[in-house]
Amino acid sequence: MANTKSIISALFDDDDVLLKSIKSIREKGHKIREVYTPFPVHGLDHELGLERTRMAITAFIYGVLGLGVAMTLTYYTMIYDWPQNIGGKPSMTWWKNMPAFVPVLFEMTVFFAAHLMVWTYFVRNDMYPGRKAMNPDPRTTDDMFMMEIECSGDEELLRNLLKEVGAVEINLVSKADEAEALAEA
Amino acid sequence: MHYESPVREPLITGDKSYHDITVDVAKPIETNAPRSWWIAFSVSLIAFLWGIGCILYTIGEGIGVWGLNRTVNWAWDITNFVWWVGIGHAGTLISAVLLLFRQKWRMSINRSAEAMTIFAVVQAALFPGIHMGRIWLAYFVFPIPNQFGSLWVNFNSPLLWDVFAISTYFSVSLVFWYVGLIPDFAMLRDRAIKPIQKHIYGILSFGWGGKAKHWQRFEEVSLVLAGLATPLVLSVHTIVSMDFATSVIPGWHTTIFPPYFVAGAIFSGFAMVQTLLLIMRKMFKMEAYITIQHIEMMNIIIMVTGSIVGIAYITELFMAWYSGVEYEQYAFLNRATGPYWWAYWSMMICNVFSPQLMWFKKLRTSIMFTFIISIVVNIGMWFERFVIIVTSLHRDYLPSSWTMFSPSFVDIGIFIGTIGFFFVLFLLYARSFPVIAQAELKTILKSSGENYKKLQDQNHGEH
Repeated sequence: MANTKSIISALFDDDDVLLKSIKSIREKGHKIREVYTPFPVHGLDHELGLERTRMAITAFIYGVLGLGVAMTLTYYTMIYDWPQNIGGKPSMTWWKNMPAFVPVLFEMTVFFAAHLMVWTYFVRNDMYPGRKAMNPDPRTTDDMFMMEIECSGDEELLRNLLKEVGAVEINLVSKADEAEALAEA
Repeated sequence: MHYESPVREPLITGDKSYHDITVDVAKPIETNAPRSWWIAFSVSLIAFLWGIGCILYTIGEGIGVWGLNRTVNWAWDITNFVWWVGIGHAGTLISAVLLLFRQKWRMSINRSAEAMTIFAVVQAALFPGIHMGRIWLAYFVFPIPNQFGSLWVNFNSPLLWDVFAISTYFSVSLVFWYVGLIPDFAMLRDRAIKPIQKHIYGILSFGWGGKAKHWQRFEEVSLVLAGLATPLVLSVHTIVSMDFATSVIPGWHTTIFPPYFVAGAIFSGFAMVQTLLLIMRKMFKMEAYITIQHIEMMNIIIMVTGSIVGIAYITELFMAWYSGVEYEQYAFLNRATGPYWWAYWSMMICNVFSPQLMWFKKLRTSIMFTFIISIVVNIGMWFERFVIIVTSLHRDYLPSSWTMFSPSFVDIGIFIGTIGFFFVLFLLYARSFPVIAQAELKTILKSSGENYKKLQDQNHGEH
């Protein structure tokens, strides 16, 4: 259970040091809860064992949806509801009139894919205007890198390990017994 | 790990650390504006207010107050529209196309270039709105049910495609820009000392905390948005060109228009990026991030796209002759030698001749020369649209109705007003937004920063 463990935060001042330290911390059986960085550190997701994000897949699905909406819209307005002879373009079937609709089909596809993907991104990240800042330490948007670790076993040993791998500041976030109360709150 | 060939010039000069980047980007926001900013802002604001007056006058009186006549029934309004949309293209090209091509020099200029895109499209969108004459019926352009009007919109029409293209382009650019801004707003929030600033940037930053998973999503979302924005930006000016190309007016009815317009758009957009960045670089002392190399790269793009535009002009002339259609032939002969010869040759000199000077390294790395050429190119691109639109119309099939176009003070006022509005927006942005994508830029500091590159070279020598 997570709430029986203390949580320790370690600050690093270099991305390469941070990246190298992850392996040795995880090897010792400690769980890295979160890493806060001021910029995307390449290879960090791989080191932490994060799964691939599915944002691109959602964009594809939304794009297909947008295309479908555009097809329905052009069919309903131009073919079904009020067909007209415009510049001699065939209005009998959607398919024959389709070449004139390509720009709109394309734009709607892009519109849906881009906007809905970004909405999904905000929802999945739990981001919205006015949300409380998610980083516990304001320095992590400047030049510091922070790691939150669940300590399994001896806290002192972990502190020594962190010093060894190059952490510049180590703090106790919550003690083992306090953590339980924190988790419930 | 952060290796980059020593042959490549550093993209960040000086001895910069991550913290230095933070401080430098936050500086224009946290310090008082320089006097030059206030002067530029006041001038722009006056121009903007004059423009608002002219727009209100147009709406109140109708478009009869413009210089249009029965023969030339489309002139400055649509010239300005196409000009502004075109300028917008460079921002998306820098942030999307150069991202796909992994061009790292885009990073210190993409934020401002995208801001320029959005502000330029705002100006562009004004013109179709007011040139309808009855702006309160502007909702007619949207596909809304029958009872609002008498008919559905016409999906066969390029003018409607334009509505879809411009609104998609504007909104997607805005979202792309904002997604990138969030981590930088968070940086400003975490630095802010004044409570009001902290509160505002707190709202704007959506609670961003730089979690590992969020960065992973951020990078994929940026990549997909770049992938979507790339065909989008090409489609927008393609569709704008179809407003002309699908008509049967000699001089407009050409299949070369889509690629020709897109190249011209990128050409003029990069020129405007140069104009803005050179001012911003000086005003806010960003020389370490926007280096001579950045300026040179953009000048090369101006040179290449300017040459494409030149080829398009010549192809147009050739096709007019080769088509054997006398109306087509006359339209082009009239452009070059008719009463609007001065507009045609201004266009030729500004767009075809002037960018060729960029072949000289001395010239393309000169800041003053770049600034002058960037303005010359934008004048030339305005004339290009004016030439295409007005010279194709002013001598139609009936010689008795041949006429000239002269703009009224309202035409001129609205155009100047949009330039003022554009600069008002950009100057306000430069004082309140992170003008450089600092989070992104920090990722290349170790590979492309001058101090780190020197270190690399030393280490390399020891081996």
